[in-house]
Amino acid sequence: MKYIKIDKKKWASGIDALTKSYRLYGPVKEEAFHNFKELEKGMLPDLTCLNTRLSPKSLIYPQSEALLEYSLDGSQKDHHIMKEIDKDYSPRAVIGIRPCDAKAFVLVGKNFDTPEYKDPYWLLSYEATTLVGQACESPCSTCFCTTAGCGPYHEEGLDILLVDGDDHYLAKALSEKGEKLLSAAGWDESVQAAEAESQIESKKQAAEKKIASIVHTNKLRDIDTTKLYDAPFWEDVSFSCINCGTCTYVCPTCWCFDIQDENRGKSGMRMRNWDSCMFPLFTVHGSGHNPRGTKLHRVRQRFMHKLKYYVDKYDSGIQCVGCGRCVRLCPVNIDIRRICDLMNSFNASEDACAV
Amino acid sequence: MQNPYLPYPIRIDDIIIESEDKNLKTFKFVFLNPDDERKFSYKSGQFAELSVTGKGEIPIGIASSPTEKGFVKFTVNKVGLVSSYLHAMKIGDIMGIRGPLGNCFPWERLEGKNVVIIGGGFAFTTLRSSIIYMLDPSNRSKFRDIHVIYGARTPGMLLYRDELIEWEKRDDINMHITVDGTDDPNWKYNIGFVPTITEKKAPPAGKDSFAIVCGPPIMIKFTQPVLDNLGYSHDKIILSLENRMKCGIGMCGRCNIGKEFVCKDGPVFTLEQLNKTPKEY
Repeated sequence: MKYIKIDKKKWASGIDALTKSYRLYGPVKEEAFHNFKELEKGMLPDLTCLNTRLSPKSLIYPQSEALLEYSLDGSQKDHHIMKEIDKDYSPRAVIGIRPCDAKAFVLVGKNFDTPEYKDPYWLLSYEATTLVGQACESPCSTCFCTTAGCGPYHEEGLDILLVDGDDHYLAKALSEKGEKLLSAAGWDESVQAAEAESQIESKKQAAEKKIASIVHTNKLRDIDTTKLYDAPFWEDVSFSCINCGTCTYVCPTCWCFDIQDENRGKSGMRMRNWDSCMFPLFTVHGSGHNPRGTKLHRVRQRFMHKLKYYVDKYDSGIQCVGCGRCVRLCPVNIDIRRICDLMNSFNASEDACAV
Repeated sequence: MQNPYLPYPIRIDDIIIESEDKNLKTFKFVFLNPDDERKFSYKSGQFAELSVTGKGEIPIGIASSPTEKGFVKFTVNKVGLVSSYLHAMKIGDIMGIRGPLGNCFPWERLEGKNVVIIGGGFAFTTLRSSIIYMLDPSNRSKFRDIHVIYGARTPGMLLYRDELIEWEKRDDINMHITVDGTDDPNWKYNIGFVPTITEKKAPPAGKDSFAIVCGPPIMIKFTQPVLDNLGYSHDKIILSLENRMKCGIGMCGRCNIGKEFVCKDGPVFTLEQLNKTPKEY
């Protein structure tokens, strides 16, 4: 493992050097809040940002993306035949991503990179991207990463972890991609591993202590799926939901999508657009029958997917990194932490007695 | 990297109107590139995404059998945007196909077994594929008794009528065709709902008997107790599900029943499996 000290005086020049070989993205303040944007030459990522409004998932997985193209013009030789589109998968780097958002890509990868099928659009984007993470020193009150399989110094999914040391950043290179970026930036002042690691460890412990919000997930795996599905609390949990879909759009681990053909004159593109399990059209059959026809069905699907089906399918924890965006942005205050605890503590037989 | 979203180009080679209400048409497709036909190697029970360029895709069960070469066949009900547009297309038109997708009927488990096939309405497409496959001279000896109970509202709504009549004449398959009702005085087959005819005609389960059931939910609901009475255990009752789909490869997130995706882990499940998942189909 390589440790590099980056003097903050060399930060801007390093970022500038990176623009020669990478397209750069980072948190940028837009009006009232931060979002990830492409950094034009001379721009620096705003590392004072606590958490961006939207997750950075669109950098790998755009909200709307062309998959294929076609011609509907009968005089063209290959009309009505779908064609692949040339795409730019040149190296890109995200500077200042939070560890939770980087871990989210690892969770989402289990959906797009499977033994049977590989989604080339997601995978090629992900492979082209170097993730430079910033360790969190001051979490939001809604952050619950430490009990969601993640943490303020979590390294999984990152290529570099940056730790703020007042006049410098300590960079821990976690992958070959990370090492390559550090040398492309001209940051080369190496630090003894033992010294760096002890520095990181003590800061990490202090940061983890600041996360006050927790969830319990230890019993989710053993609970019977159909009993949990029939639990009486879904009525109460879904009552206030307006199915607006905000939670799924801001979530770094939500990946559901729709496919639509968009025509313009005699040509068109087959597009992929983010979709949401909160919308009735998501599952409605051609016949009009809808297997998830009520908002109770849809709210239950979202939480069962994240906290039960995913847990059972991959055996690698919940499909949530504890970033807290859905908690902060839900217009009716539905809180995944409360629902997770309801699910985790659900005891079907006890409940039957209570009724 | 193989792009699972890229359809193989195909040409409509023939169109047959299947039902008297003209809402069901069978499309016969040929691949523009012969190599794609080889890549589209499928088994009975699987489905494909039919890609109508500029309109979208629809998941449809494969009605042809792997033993039929040179083409693939699909029977499509006219319901939504894509299927309605497809119904108006002509022989010679170019479109696309992705697949084969999903699992198939459990052909290895079915070898050496008695099989009763129960179908209703237009959910007979992958069952047609299965019957053609099982009756193929190279396969028939692999299976023991084959019974088929197939019903529709009226004689004119039965799919593949010519083939049904051919199978009626054979002695290596027991056909029980039925309709809910008819005013045709020459109708010489059964009259009655599928569960009723199943009760009368389906053989009781031996230890080597399987039932494959495809049909509308109401038919499945009333057929299950009949099969229970006949002694079919739930691990030997096989069903094929339908749900709204987009990707067909387990990624877009909409067709799941619990942790299983109907498109990738299904569409074929045993009743025993379905008893353990939420009924979101």
